Amino acid sequence: MSPRRLPLTLAALSVLVVSVFPVYWMVLTAFKPTREIQADTPTFWPAHPTLEHFHTAVEADGFGLFWRNSLLVTASAVLGALVVALLAAFAVARLRWRGRRGFILMVFIAQMAPWEALLISMFIIARDTGMLDRLSMLSLIYFMTTLPFTIVTLRGFLAAIPPELEEAAMMDGAGRVTAFRRVVFPLLAPGLMATSLFGFITAWNEFAFANALIIKNQDDRTLPVWLSSFSNVFGTDWGATMAAATLFMLPVLLIFLVLQRRVTSGFTAGAIKG
Amino acid sequence: MSAPPVAAPRRQSPAPPANHPQPRRPRLTGLWPYLLVAPTVVGAAYLLIYPLLRSVVISFQHFRTGELIRGGAAFVGLENYQEVLGSGEFWSVAGRTVLWTAVNVVLIMVISTLVALMIARLRRRLRLAVMSGLVLTWATPVLAATTIFQWLFQSRLGVVNWVLATLGFESFREYTWFADGASTFVILVLLVVWQSVPFAALTLYAGLTTIPTELYESARIDGATGRQIFRNVTFPILRPLFGLITSLEVIWVFKCFAQIWAISRGGPDGATTTLPVYAFQVAQSLHKYDLGAAISTLTVLILVAALITHLRRMLRHEGEQL
Repeated sequence: MSPRRLPLTLAALSVLVVSVFPVYWMVLTAFKPTREIQADTPTFWPAHPTLEHFHTAVEADGFGLFWRNSLLVTASAVLGALVVALLAAFAVARLRWRGRRGFILMVFIAQMAPWEALLISMFIIARDTGMLDRLSMLSLIYFMTTLPFTIVTLRGFLAAIPPELEEAAMMDGAGRVTAFRRVVFPLLAPGLMATSLFGFITAWNEFAFANALIIKNQDDRTLPVWLSSFSNVFGTDWGATMAAATLFMLPVLLIFLVLQRRVTSGFTAGAIKG
Repeated sequence: MSAPPVAAPRRQSPAPPANHPQPRRPRLTGLWPYLLVAPTVVGAAYLLIYPLLRSVVISFQHFRTGELIRGGAAFVGLENYQEVLGSGEFWSVAGRTVLWTAVNVVLIMVISTLVALMIARLRRRLRLAVMSGLVLTWATPVLAATTIFQWLFQSRLGVVNWVLATLGFESFREYTWFADGASTFVILVLLVVWQSVPFAALTLYAGLTTIPTELYESARIDGATGRQIFRNVTFPILRPLFGLITSLEVIWVFKCFAQIWAISRGGPDGATTTLPVYAFQVAQSLHKYDLGAAISTLTVLILVAALITHLRRMLRHEGEQL
Protein backbone atom coordinates (compact mmCIF):
# COMPACT_ATOMS: atom_id res chain seq x y z
CA MET A 1 0.00 0.00 0.00
CA SER A 2 1.37 3.36 -0.95
CA PRO A 3 1.77 5.79 1.93
CA ARG A 4 -0.49 8.25 0.11
CA ARG A 5 -3.43 5.93 0.51
CA LEU A 6 -2.84 5.30 4.19
CA PRO A 7 -4.98 8.19 5.55
CA LEU A 8 -7.77 7.17 3.20
CA THR A 9 -7.62 3.56 4.34
CA LEU A 10 -7.59 4.61 7.97
CA ALA A 11 -10.61 6.84 7.40
CA ALA A 12 -12.42 3.99 5.67
CA LEU A 13 -11.65 1.62 8.52
CA SER A 14 -12.87 4.05 11.15
CA VAL A 15 -16.13 4.60 9.25
CA LEU A 16 -16.47 0.84 9.06
CA VAL A 17 -15.86 0.41 12.79
CA VAL A 18 -18.25 3.19 13.79
CA SER A 19 -21.03 1.85 11.60
CA VAL A 20 -20.61 -1.80 12.50
CA PHE A 21 -19.54 -1.71 16.14
CA PRO A 22 -22.89 -0.93 17.83
CA VAL A 23 -24.60 -3.79 16.03
CA TYR A 24 -21.64 -6.08 16.67
CA TRP A 25 -21.72 -5.13 20.34
CA MET A 26 -25.42 -5.96 20.52
CA VAL A 27 -24.94 -9.42 19.03
CA LEU A 28 -21.80 -10.02 21.06
CA THR A 29 -23.50 -9.08 24.32
CA ALA A 30 -26.44 -11.33 23.44
CA PHE A 31 -24.08 -14.32 23.17
CA LYS A 32 -21.84 -13.55 26.15
CA PRO A 33 -22.30 -15.29 29.48
CA THR A 34 -23.52 -12.91 32.18
CA ARG A 35 -20.26 -12.96 34.12
CA GLU A 36 -18.41 -11.71 31.02
CA ILE A 37 -20.97 -8.96 30.46
CA GLN A 38 -20.46 -7.81 34.02
CA ALA A 39 -16.68 -8.09 33.96
CA ASP A 40 -14.76 -4.92 34.77
CA THR A 41 -12.76 -5.23 31.58
CA PRO A 42 -15.03 -5.94 28.62
CA THR A 43 -14.10 -8.64 26.13
CA PHE A 44 -14.45 -8.04 22.43
CA TRP A 45 -14.71 -11.60 21.28
CA PRO A 46 -17.18 -14.30 22.39
CA ALA A 47 -14.86 -16.65 24.24
CA HIS A 48 -17.69 -18.71 25.67
CA PRO A 49 -20.81 -18.11 23.54
CA THR A 50 -24.09 -19.06 25.12
CA LEU A 51 -27.74 -19.11 24.09
CA GLU A 52 -28.90 -18.47 27.63
CA HIS A 53 -29.98 -14.86 26.97
CA PHE A 54 -31.98 -15.86 23.91
CA HIS A 55 -33.83 -18.36 26.12
CA THR A 56 -34.57 -15.60 28.63
CA ALA A 57 -35.78 -13.25 25.89
CA VAL A 58 -37.97 -15.77 24.12
CA GLU A 59 -39.47 -17.00 27.38
CA ALA A 60 -40.10 -13.48 28.64
CA ASP A 61 -43.73 -12.66 29.27
CA GLY A 62 -45.56 -12.12 26.01
CA PHE A 63 -42.60 -12.24 23.66
CA GLY A 64 -44.31 -14.67 21.30
CA LEU A 65 -47.51 -12.67 21.49
CA PHE A 66 -45.83 -9.37 20.64
CA TRP A 67 -43.88 -10.99 17.85
CA ARG A 68 -47.15 -12.29 16.42
CA ASN A 69 -48.82 -8.86 16.85
CA SER A 70 -45.99 -7.09 15.04
CA LEU A 71 -46.04 -9.61 12.22
CA LEU A 72 -49.83 -9.44 11.89
CA VAL A 73 -50.00 -5.65 11.85
CA THR A 74 -47.07 -5.29 9.48
CA ALA A 75 -48.14 -7.97 7.03
CA SER A 76 -51.74 -6.78 6.78
CA ALA A 77 -50.67 -3.16 6.33
CA VAL A 78 -48.14 -4.03 3.65
CA LEU A 79 -50.45 -6.36 1.73
CA GLY A 80 -53.26 -3.81 1.83
CA ALA A 81 -50.98 -1.04 0.66
CA LEU A 82 -49.64 -3.24 -2.12
CA VAL A 83 -53.07 -4.04 -3.55
CA VAL A 84 -54.41 -0.50 -3.27
CA ALA A 85 -51.17 1.01 -4.60
CA LEU A 86 -51.08 -1.37 -7.56
CA LEU A 87 -54.51 -0.18 -8.66
CA ALA A 88 -53.57 3.47 -8.27
CA ALA A 89 -50.15 3.03 -9.89
CA PHE A 90 -51.80 1.37 -12.88
CA ALA A 91 -54.24 4.27 -13.26
CA VAL A 92 -51.38 6.76 -13.04
CA ALA A 93 -48.83 5.01 -15.24
CA ARG A 94 -51.10 3.60 -17.93
CA LEU A 95 -54.25 5.68 -18.18
CA ARG A 96 -54.88 9.31 -19.01
CA TRP A 97 -57.60 11.02 -17.04
CA ARG A 98 -58.60 14.35 -15.73
CA GLY A 99 -57.18 14.92 -12.27
CA ARG A 100 -54.21 12.61 -12.78
CA ARG A 101 -51.68 15.37 -12.20
CA GLY A 102 -53.41 16.54 -9.08
CA PHE A 103 -53.55 12.98 -7.81
CA ILE A 104 -49.82 12.46 -8.28
CA LEU A 105 -49.02 15.73 -6.53
CA MET A 106 -51.27 14.64 -3.65
CA VAL A 107 -49.33 11.38 -3.38
CA PHE A 108 -46.01 13.23 -3.34
CA ILE A 109 -47.22 15.54 -0.61
CA ALA A 110 -48.66 12.62 1.36
CA GLN A 111 -45.21 11.04 1.33
CA MET A 112 -44.01 13.91 3.46
CA ALA A 113 -47.00 13.93 5.78
CA PRO A 114 -45.97 14.89 9.32
CA TRP A 115 -47.31 11.73 10.94
CA GLU A 116 -45.89 12.57 14.35
CA ALA A 117 -48.12 15.65 14.41
CA LEU A 118 -51.20 13.45 14.08
CA LEU A 119 -50.59 11.41 17.22
CA ILE A 120 -53.12 13.37 19.26
CA SER A 121 -55.96 13.54 16.75
CA MET A 122 -55.39 9.88 15.85
CA PHE A 123 -55.70 9.01 19.53
CA ILE A 124 -58.97 10.92 19.79
CA ILE A 125 -60.37 9.48 16.57
CA ALA A 126 -59.44 5.97 17.67
CA ARG A 127 -61.08 6.57 21.03
CA ASP A 128 -64.28 7.94 19.48
CA THR A 129 -64.62 5.01 17.10
CA GLY A 130 -63.79 2.31 19.62
CA MET A 131 -60.48 1.53 17.89
CA LEU A 132 -58.23 2.32 20.82
CA ASP A 133 -56.13 -0.64 21.97
CA ARG A 134 -56.92 -2.36 18.67
CA LEU A 135 -54.25 -3.78 16.41
CA SER A 136 -56.49 -3.11 13.40
CA MET A 137 -56.15 0.64 14.03
CA LEU A 138 -52.36 0.28 13.83
CA SER A 139 -52.76 -1.75 10.64
CA LEU A 140 -54.82 1.04 9.09
CA ILE A 141 -52.31 3.70 10.05
CA TYR A 142 -49.33 1.69 8.78
CA PHE A 143 -51.26 1.01 5.61
CA MET A 144 -51.61 4.74 5.09
CA THR A 145 -48.03 5.60 6.05
CA THR A 146 -46.62 3.12 3.52
CA LEU A 147 -49.20 3.71 0.77
CA PRO A 148 -47.84 6.90 -0.88
CA PHE A 149 -44.33 5.52 -1.13
CA THR A 150 -45.68 2.24 -2.50
CA ILE A 151 -47.68 4.06 -5.20
CA VAL A 152 -44.72 6.18 -6.28
CA THR A 153 -42.38 3.20 -6.42
CA LEU A 154 -44.79 0.90 -8.21
CA ARG A 155 -45.58 3.64 -10.70
CA GLY A 156 -41.86 3.81 -11.46
CA PHE A 157 -41.57 0.07 -11.94
CA LEU A 158 -44.75 -0.01 -14.00
CA ALA A 159 -43.64 2.83 -16.25
CA ALA A 160 -40.43 0.90 -16.94
CA ILE A 161 -42.43 -1.90 -18.56
CA PRO A 162 -43.21 -0.97 -22.17
CA PRO A 163 -46.96 -0.72 -22.71
CA GLU A 164 -46.38 -2.28 -26.12
CA LEU A 165 -46.13 -5.64 -24.36
CA GLU A 166 -49.68 -5.35 -23.10
CA GLU A 167 -50.87 -3.92 -26.36
CA ALA A 168 -49.43 -6.90 -28.19
CA ALA A 169 -51.20 -9.28 -25.84
CA MET A 170 -54.42 -7.37 -26.28
CA MET A 171 -53.97 -7.50 -30.02
CA ASP A 172 -53.81 -11.25 -29.67
CA GLY A 173 -57.21 -11.17 -28.05
CA ALA A 174 -56.42 -10.95 -24.35
CA GLY A 175 -58.55 -8.64 -22.25
CA ARG A 176 -56.96 -5.75 -20.39
CA VAL A 177 -56.99 -7.63 -17.08
CA THR A 178 -55.62 -10.81 -18.59
CA ALA A 179 -52.92 -8.86 -20.40
CA PHE A 180 -51.94 -7.23 -17.14
CA ARG A 181 -51.96 -10.47 -15.19
CA ARG A 182 -50.10 -12.57 -17.73
CA VAL A 183 -47.66 -10.04 -19.15
CA VAL A 184 -47.09 -7.16 -16.76
CA PHE A 185 -47.47 -8.86 -13.42
CA PRO A 186 -44.57 -11.31 -13.86
CA LEU A 187 -42.32 -8.44 -14.92
CA LEU A 188 -43.50 -6.40 -12.00
CA ALA A 189 -42.88 -9.12 -9.41
CA PRO A 190 -39.37 -7.99 -8.40
CA GLY A 191 -40.64 -4.44 -8.01
CA LEU A 192 -43.56 -5.61 -5.89
CA MET A 193 -41.15 -7.62 -3.79
CA ALA A 194 -38.72 -4.76 -3.16
CA THR A 195 -41.47 -2.25 -2.50
CA SER A 196 -43.28 -4.45 -0.02
CA LEU A 197 -40.07 -5.22 1.82
CA PHE A 198 -39.41 -1.52 2.36
CA GLY A 199 -42.98 -1.13 3.52
CA PHE A 200 -42.42 -4.05 5.86
CA ILE A 201 -39.42 -2.35 7.44
CA THR A 202 -41.30 0.93 7.94
CA ALA A 203 -44.24 -0.75 9.64
CA TRP A 204 -42.11 -3.21 11.61
CA ASN A 205 -40.14 -0.32 13.11
CA GLU A 206 -43.02 2.02 13.91
CA PHE A 207 -43.05 3.16 17.50
CA ALA A 208 -44.90 6.46 18.01
CA PHE A 209 -48.43 5.30 17.13
CA ALA A 210 -48.00 1.86 18.67
CA ASN A 211 -46.93 3.63 21.84
CA ALA A 212 -49.78 6.15 21.82
CA LEU A 213 -52.71 3.98 20.73
CA ILE A 214 -52.17 0.73 22.62
CA ILE A 215 -52.54 1.75 26.22
CA LYS A 216 -54.72 -0.44 28.37
CA ASN A 217 -54.66 -3.71 26.51
CA GLN A 218 -51.02 -4.62 27.05
CA ASP A 219 -51.47 -7.90 25.15
CA ASP A 220 -51.88 -5.90 21.96
CA ARG A 221 -48.51 -4.23 22.13
CA THR A 222 -46.01 -4.61 19.31
CA LEU A 223 -42.33 -5.47 19.55
CA PRO A 224 -40.92 -1.91 19.37
CA VAL A 225 -43.05 -0.75 22.28
CA TRP A 226 -42.22 -3.85 24.26
CA LEU A 227 -38.53 -3.38 23.56
CA SER A 228 -38.71 0.26 24.66
CA SER A 229 -39.76 -0.93 28.10
CA PHE A 230 -36.93 -3.43 28.36
CA SER A 231 -35.86 -2.23 31.78
CA ASN A 232 -39.28 -3.20 33.15
CA VAL A 233 -39.01 -6.61 31.51
CA PHE A 234 -35.38 -7.53 32.03
CA GLY A 235 -34.25 -5.10 34.69
CA THR A 236 -30.50 -4.84 34.33
CA ASP A 237 -30.17 -8.10 32.43
CA TRP A 238 -28.37 -6.55 29.44
CA GLY A 239 -27.69 -9.94 27.87
CA ALA A 240 -31.39 -10.69 27.56
CA THR A 241 -32.13 -7.14 26.44
CA MET A 242 -29.57 -7.37 23.65
CA ALA A 243 -30.86 -10.83 22.71
CA ALA A 244 -34.36 -9.36 22.39
CA ALA A 245 -33.04 -6.47 20.30
CA THR A 246 -31.18 -8.95 18.09
CA LEU A 247 -34.31 -11.01 17.54
CA PHE A 248 -36.24 -7.83 16.76
CA MET A 249 -33.66 -6.79 14.19
CA LEU A 250 -33.36 -10.20 12.55
CA PRO A 251 -36.21 -9.94 9.99
CA VAL A 252 -35.09 -6.47 8.92
CA LEU A 253 -31.55 -7.67 8.52
CA LEU A 254 -32.64 -10.59 6.36
CA ILE A 255 -34.64 -8.19 4.18
CA PHE A 256 -31.68 -5.89 3.76
CA LEU A 257 -29.49 -8.82 2.82
CA VAL A 258 -31.99 -9.70 0.11
CA LEU A 259 -32.13 -6.09 -1.05
CA GLN A 260 -28.46 -5.28 -0.51
CA ARG A 261 -27.59 -5.06 -4.19
CA ARG A 262 -30.51 -2.78 -4.93
CA VAL A 263 -29.80 -0.58 -1.96
CA THR A 264 -26.16 -0.02 -2.71
CA SER A 265 -26.68 0.36 -6.43
CA GLY A 266 -29.02 3.21 -5.76
CA PHE A 267 -32.41 1.51 -5.77
CA THR A 268 -33.76 4.54 -4.04
CA ALA A 269 -32.27 6.89 -6.54
CA GLY A 270 -33.16 5.15 -9.71
CA ALA A 271 -36.06 2.80 -9.65
CA ILE A 272 -38.42 5.16 -7.92
CA LYS A 273 -38.71 7.49 -10.84
CA GLY A 274 -40.89 6.56 -13.70
CA MET B 1 -35.23 6.35 9.26
CA SER B 2 -34.86 3.28 7.22
CA ALA B 3 -37.58 4.33 4.83
CA PRO B 4 -36.22 5.09 1.45
CA PRO B 5 -36.44 8.61 0.19
CA VAL B 6 -39.42 10.11 -1.46
CA ALA B 7 -39.18 11.70 -4.83
CA ALA B 8 -35.61 10.79 -5.51
CA PRO B 9 -33.54 12.78 -7.92
CA ARG B 10 -33.95 11.75 -11.48
CA ARG B 11 -30.61 13.05 -12.58
CA GLN B 12 -28.77 9.85 -11.98
CA SER B 13 -31.47 7.27 -12.57
CA PRO B 14 -29.75 4.43 -14.27
CA ALA B 15 -32.75 2.71 -15.69
CA PRO B 16 -35.80 4.86 -15.91
CA PRO B 17 -37.73 4.16 -19.00
CA ALA B 18 -37.67 6.14 -22.13
CA ASN B 19 -40.66 8.40 -22.20
CA HIS B 20 -43.21 6.47 -24.12
CA PRO B 21 -45.34 8.74 -26.16
CA GLN B 22 -48.38 8.71 -23.98
CA PRO B 23 -51.29 9.76 -26.21
CA ARG B 24 -50.78 6.67 -28.35
CA ARG B 25 -52.02 4.48 -25.52
CA PRO B 26 -55.40 2.92 -25.84
CA ARG B 27 -57.74 5.10 -23.91
CA LEU B 28 -59.68 3.50 -21.16
CA THR B 29 -62.37 6.02 -20.93
CA GLY B 30 -65.02 6.56 -18.36
CA LEU B 31 -64.95 5.71 -14.73
CA TRP B 32 -62.16 3.14 -14.62
CA PRO B 33 -59.28 5.41 -13.57
CA TYR B 34 -61.39 6.91 -10.84
CA LEU B 35 -62.44 3.50 -9.56
CA LEU B 36 -58.80 2.45 -9.51
CA VAL B 37 -57.65 5.41 -7.40
CA ALA B 38 -60.79 5.45 -5.25
CA PRO B 39 -59.36 3.20 -2.49
CA THR B 40 -56.31 5.44 -2.22
CA VAL B 41 -58.40 8.58 -2.06
CA VAL B 42 -60.78 7.11 0.51
CA GLY B 43 -57.87 5.87 2.62
CA ALA B 44 -56.12 9.24 2.50
CA ALA B 45 -59.34 11.09 3.24
CA TYR B 46 -60.05 9.06 6.36
CA LEU B 47 -56.56 8.34 7.64
CA LEU B 48 -54.64 11.47 6.67
CA ILE B 49 -56.80 14.45 5.78
CA TYR B 50 -59.46 13.85 8.41
CA PRO B 51 -56.94 13.50 11.29
CA LEU B 52 -55.12 16.58 10.03
CA LEU B 53 -58.33 18.63 9.95
CA ARG B 54 -59.45 17.15 13.26
CA SER B 55 -56.16 18.21 14.81
CA VAL B 56 -56.65 21.77 13.55
CA VAL B 57 -60.25 21.83 14.79
CA ILE B 58 -59.27 20.56 18.25
CA SER B 59 -56.65 23.29 18.44
CA PHE B 60 -59.50 25.81 18.29
CA GLN B 61 -61.59 24.01 20.93
CA HIS B 62 -61.59 23.51 24.65
CA PHE B 63 -60.72 19.83 24.65
CA ARG B 64 -59.68 18.23 27.95
CA THR B 65 -60.50 14.94 29.68
CA GLY B 66 -64.15 15.95 30.11
CA GLU B 67 -64.64 16.61 26.42
CA LEU B 68 -62.75 13.43 25.59
CA ILE B 69 -65.24 11.37 27.57
CA ARG B 70 -68.49 13.32 27.09
CA GLY B 71 -67.85 15.00 23.76
CA GLY B 72 -69.36 18.38 22.95
CA ALA B 73 -66.18 20.46 22.85
CA ALA B 74 -66.81 24.19 22.58
CA PHE B 75 -64.92 26.47 20.22
CA VAL B 76 -62.69 28.97 21.97
CA GLY B 77 -61.17 30.78 19.02
CA LEU B 78 -57.46 31.43 19.34
CA GLU B 79 -57.35 30.89 23.10
CA ASN B 80 -55.16 27.77 22.88
CA TYR B 81 -52.72 29.46 20.58
CA GLN B 82 -52.57 32.46 22.88
CA GLU B 83 -51.85 30.19 25.82
CA VAL B 84 -49.19 28.21 23.96
CA LEU B 85 -47.47 31.19 22.35
CA GLY B 86 -47.68 33.14 25.60
CA SER B 87 -45.77 30.54 27.59
CA GLY B 88 -42.03 30.79 27.86
CA GLU B 89 -41.82 27.02 27.84
CA PHE B 90 -43.08 26.81 24.25
CA TRP B 91 -40.43 29.22 23.04
CA SER B 92 -37.61 27.45 24.82
CA VAL B 93 -38.82 24.14 23.36
CA ALA B 94 -39.08 25.69 19.90
CA GLY B 95 -35.58 27.11 20.22
CA ARG B 96 -34.27 23.75 21.37
CA THR B 97 -35.99 22.07 18.40
CA VAL B 98 -34.27 24.45 15.98
CA LEU B 99 -30.93 23.80 17.68
CA TRP B 100 -31.57 20.05 17.63
CA THR B 101 -32.41 20.15 13.92
CA ALA B 102 -29.49 22.41 13.01
CA VAL B 103 -26.88 20.40 14.91
CA ASN B 104 -28.10 17.08 13.54
CA VAL B 105 -28.59 18.16 9.94
CA VAL B 106 -25.24 19.97 9.71
CA LEU B 107 -23.42 16.97 11.18
CA ILE B 108 -25.31 14.55 8.95
CA MET B 109 -24.63 16.53 5.77
CA VAL B 110 -20.95 17.21 6.48
CA ILE B 111 -20.17 13.64 7.54
CA SER B 112 -22.21 12.14 4.70
CA THR B 113 -20.45 14.28 2.11
CA LEU B 114 -17.04 13.33 3.46
CA VAL B 115 -18.00 9.65 3.61
CA ALA B 116 -19.41 9.75 0.07
CA LEU B 117 -16.25 11.41 -1.29
CA MET B 118 -14.19 8.87 0.62
CA ILE B 119 -16.12 5.88 -0.75
CA ALA B 120 -15.62 7.17 -4.28
CA ARG B 121 -11.83 7.05 -3.77
CA LEU B 122 -11.65 3.59 -2.22
CA ARG B 123 -10.53 0.45 -3.95
CA ARG B 124 -13.26 -2.04 -4.73
CA ARG B 125 -13.01 -4.42 -1.81
CA LEU B 126 -12.75 -1.79 0.90
CA ARG B 127 -15.52 0.21 -0.76
CA LEU B 128 -17.81 -2.80 -0.66
CA ALA B 129 -16.98 -3.36 3.01
CA VAL B 130 -17.69 0.25 3.97
CA MET B 131 -20.93 0.30 2.02
CA SER B 132 -22.04 -2.97 3.61
CA GLY B 133 -21.29 -1.49 7.01
CA LEU B 134 -23.40 1.56 6.20
CA VAL B 135 -26.24 -0.64 5.01
CA LEU B 136 -26.04 -2.57 8.27
CA THR B 137 -26.43 0.67 10.20
CA TRP B 138 -29.28 1.73 7.97
CA ALA B 139 -30.99 -1.61 8.55
CA THR B 140 -30.86 -1.29 12.32
CA PRO B 141 -34.42 -0.64 13.53
CA VAL B 142 -34.86 2.57 15.48
CA LEU B 143 -35.86 0.80 18.67
CA ALA B 144 -33.01 -1.67 18.44
CA ALA B 145 -30.64 1.28 18.01
CA THR B 146 -32.04 3.17 21.02
CA THR B 147 -31.62 0.05 23.13
CA ILE B 148 -28.08 -0.51 21.89
CA PHE B 149 -27.07 3.09 22.62
CA GLN B 150 -28.46 2.87 26.13
CA TRP B 151 -26.27 -0.18 26.62
CA LEU B 152 -23.18 1.41 25.02
CA PHE B 153 -23.48 4.43 27.31
CA GLN B 154 -24.53 2.53 30.41
CA SER B 155 -22.73 3.99 33.40
CA ARG B 156 -21.03 1.05 35.09
CA LEU B 157 -20.80 -1.64 32.40
CA GLY B 158 -21.07 0.48 29.27
CA VAL B 159 -18.22 0.03 26.82
CA VAL B 160 -17.99 3.76 26.04
CA ASN B 161 -17.15 4.69 29.61
CA TRP B 162 -14.65 1.86 29.76
CA VAL B 163 -12.90 3.08 26.59
CA LEU B 164 -12.87 6.70 27.79
CA ALA B 165 -11.52 5.73 31.21
CA THR B 166 -8.91 3.48 29.64
CA LEU B 167 -7.80 6.34 27.39
CA GLY B 168 -7.17 8.35 30.53
CA PHE B 169 -10.39 10.33 30.90
CA GLU B 170 -10.87 9.18 34.46
CA SER B 171 -13.89 11.44 34.99
CA PHE B 172 -15.92 9.20 32.69
CA ARG B 173 -15.55 6.14 34.93
CA GLU B 174 -19.14 5.22 35.85
CA TYR B 175 -20.31 8.49 34.35
CA THR B 176 -24.11 8.54 34.24
CA TRP B 177 -24.82 9.98 30.80
CA PHE B 178 -28.59 9.84 31.08
CA ALA B 179 -28.79 11.73 34.36
CA ASP B 180 -27.60 14.95 32.77
CA GLY B 181 -29.54 16.99 30.21
CA ALA B 182 -26.62 18.04 28.05
CA SER B 183 -25.06 14.59 27.84
CA THR B 184 -28.43 12.98 27.04
CA PHE B 185 -28.83 15.53 24.25
CA VAL B 186 -25.37 14.63 22.95
CA ILE B 187 -26.17 10.91 22.94
CA LEU B 188 -29.42 11.53 21.06
CA VAL B 189 -27.52 13.59 18.47
CA LEU B 190 -24.93 10.82 18.11
CA LEU B 191 -27.73 8.27 17.71
CA VAL B 192 -29.66 10.24 15.09
CA VAL B 193 -26.52 11.12 13.13
CA TRP B 194 -25.35 7.50 13.26
CA GLN B 195 -28.70 6.35 11.93
CA SER B 196 -29.04 9.05 9.25
CA VAL B 197 -25.59 9.13 7.67
CA PRO B 198 -25.90 5.86 5.72
CA PHE B 199 -28.87 6.97 3.64
CA ALA B 200 -27.42 10.40 2.92
CA ALA B 201 -23.91 9.11 2.22
CA LEU B 202 -25.02 6.28 -0.04
CA THR B 203 -27.38 8.55 -1.99
CA LEU B 204 -24.67 11.20 -2.38
CA TYR B 205 -22.22 8.53 -3.46
CA ALA B 206 -24.72 7.32 -6.06
CA GLY B 207 -24.90 10.92 -7.26
CA LEU B 208 -21.10 11.21 -7.39
CA THR B 209 -20.83 8.17 -9.65
CA THR B 210 -22.90 9.94 -12.29
CA ILE B 211 -20.40 12.79 -12.71
CA PRO B 212 -18.33 12.13 -15.83
CA THR B 213 -14.65 11.57 -14.96
CA GLU B 214 -13.66 13.81 -17.89
CA LEU B 215 -14.82 16.80 -15.87
CA TYR B 216 -12.42 15.95 -13.07
CA GLU B 217 -9.59 15.25 -15.47
CA SER B 218 -9.89 18.54 -17.29
CA ALA B 219 -10.16 20.39 -13.97
CA ARG B 220 -7.01 18.65 -12.78
CA ILE B 221 -5.19 19.47 -16.02
CA ASP B 222 -6.14 23.10 -15.43
CA GLY B 223 -4.37 22.77 -12.11
CA ALA B 224 -7.37 22.83 -9.78
CA THR B 225 -6.88 21.60 -6.22
CA GLY B 226 -9.13 19.01 -4.63
CA ARG B 227 -11.01 21.69 -2.74
CA GLN B 228 -11.51 23.76 -5.88
CA ILE B 229 -12.74 20.72 -7.78
CA PHE B 230 -15.31 20.04 -5.10
CA ARG B 231 -16.49 23.63 -5.02
CA ASN B 232 -16.59 24.23 -8.75
CA VAL B 233 -17.35 20.83 -10.25
CA THR B 234 -18.81 18.36 -7.78
CA PHE B 235 -21.01 20.60 -5.68
CA PRO B 236 -22.75 22.51 -8.49
CA ILE B 237 -23.64 19.28 -10.24
CA LEU B 238 -24.93 17.66 -7.07
CA ARG B 239 -26.67 20.78 -5.78
CA PRO B 240 -30.23 19.49 -6.44
CA LEU B 241 -29.36 16.23 -4.69
CA PHE B 242 -27.88 18.12 -1.72
CA GLY B 243 -31.02 20.21 -1.55
CA LEU B 244 -33.26 17.18 -1.61
CA ILE B 245 -31.33 15.24 1.03
CA THR B 246 -30.97 18.27 3.27
CA SER B 247 -34.70 18.94 3.26
CA LEU B 248 -35.51 15.28 3.86
CA GLU B 249 -33.12 15.27 6.82
CA VAL B 250 -34.63 18.50 8.14
CA ILE B 251 -38.08 16.92 8.02
CA TRP B 252 -36.93 13.67 9.64
CA VAL B 253 -34.89 15.26 12.39
CA PHE B 254 -37.37 18.03 13.18
CA LYS B 255 -40.26 15.64 13.70
CA CYS B 256 -38.13 12.92 15.28
CA PHE B 257 -40.07 11.34 18.14
CA ALA B 258 -39.31 7.65 18.67
CA GLN B 259 -35.63 8.00 19.54
CA ILE B 260 -36.22 10.78 22.05
CA TRP B 261 -39.25 9.20 23.63
CA ALA B 262 -37.66 5.79 23.96
CA ILE B 263 -34.44 7.09 25.52
CA SER B 264 -35.39 10.08 27.63
CA ARG B 265 -39.10 10.93 27.18
CA GLY B 266 -37.89 14.50 26.76
CA GLY B 267 -35.98 14.51 30.05
CA PRO B 268 -34.06 14.86 32.19
CA ASP B 269 -35.71 18.12 33.23
CA GLY B 270 -36.99 18.72 29.73
CA ALA B 271 -33.48 19.00 28.32
CA THR B 272 -34.35 16.86 25.29
CA THR B 273 -37.95 17.98 24.78
CA THR B 274 -38.47 18.97 21.16
CA LEU B 275 -41.78 20.15 19.72
CA PRO B 276 -43.23 16.74 18.76
CA VAL B 277 -42.30 15.37 22.18
CA TYR B 278 -43.71 18.46 23.88
CA ALA B 279 -47.03 18.18 22.03
CA PHE B 280 -47.35 14.55 23.05
CA GLN B 281 -46.45 15.26 26.69
CA VAL B 282 -48.96 18.08 26.96
CA ALA B 283 -51.70 15.93 25.44
CA GLN B 284 -51.01 12.53 27.00
CA SER B 285 -49.62 13.34 30.41
CA LEU B 286 -51.47 16.57 31.14
CA HIS B 287 -54.60 15.62 29.18
CA LYS B 288 -54.60 19.03 27.52
CA TYR B 289 -55.46 17.69 24.10
CA ASP B 290 -56.37 21.16 22.85
CA LEU B 291 -52.98 22.64 23.67
CA GLY B 292 -51.25 19.54 22.31
CA ALA B 293 -53.13 19.91 19.04
CA ALA B 294 -52.20 23.60 18.88
CA ILE B 295 -48.53 22.72 19.39
CA SER B 296 -48.77 20.03 16.69
CA THR B 297 -50.31 22.49 14.27
CA LEU B 298 -47.61 25.05 15.02
CA THR B 299 -44.96 22.34 14.52
CA VAL B 300 -46.27 21.58 11.06
CA LEU B 301 -46.50 25.28 10.21
CA ILE B 302 -42.89 25.90 11.28
CA LEU B 303 -41.71 22.96 9.21
CA VAL B 304 -43.68 24.06 6.15
CA ALA B 305 -42.46 27.64 6.52
CA ALA B 306 -38.85 26.47 6.78
CA LEU B 307 -39.08 24.31 3.69
CA ILE B 308 -41.68 26.07 1.57
CA THR B 309 -39.35 27.41 -1.09
CA HIS B 310 -37.68 24.08 -1.52
CA LEU B 311 -40.95 22.13 -1.49
CA ARG B 312 -42.42 24.47 -4.12
CA ARG B 313 -39.43 24.03 -6.35
CA MET B 314 -39.51 20.29 -5.91
CA LEU B 315 -43.22 19.95 -6.56
CA ARG B 316 -43.01 22.22 -9.59
CA HIS B 317 -40.24 20.02 -10.86
CA GLU B 318 -42.36 16.92 -10.29
CA GLY B 319 -45.27 18.66 -11.99
CA GLU B 320 -43.21 19.18 -15.13
CA GLN B 321 -42.45 15.50 -15.21
CA LEU B 322 -46.01 14.28 -15.16
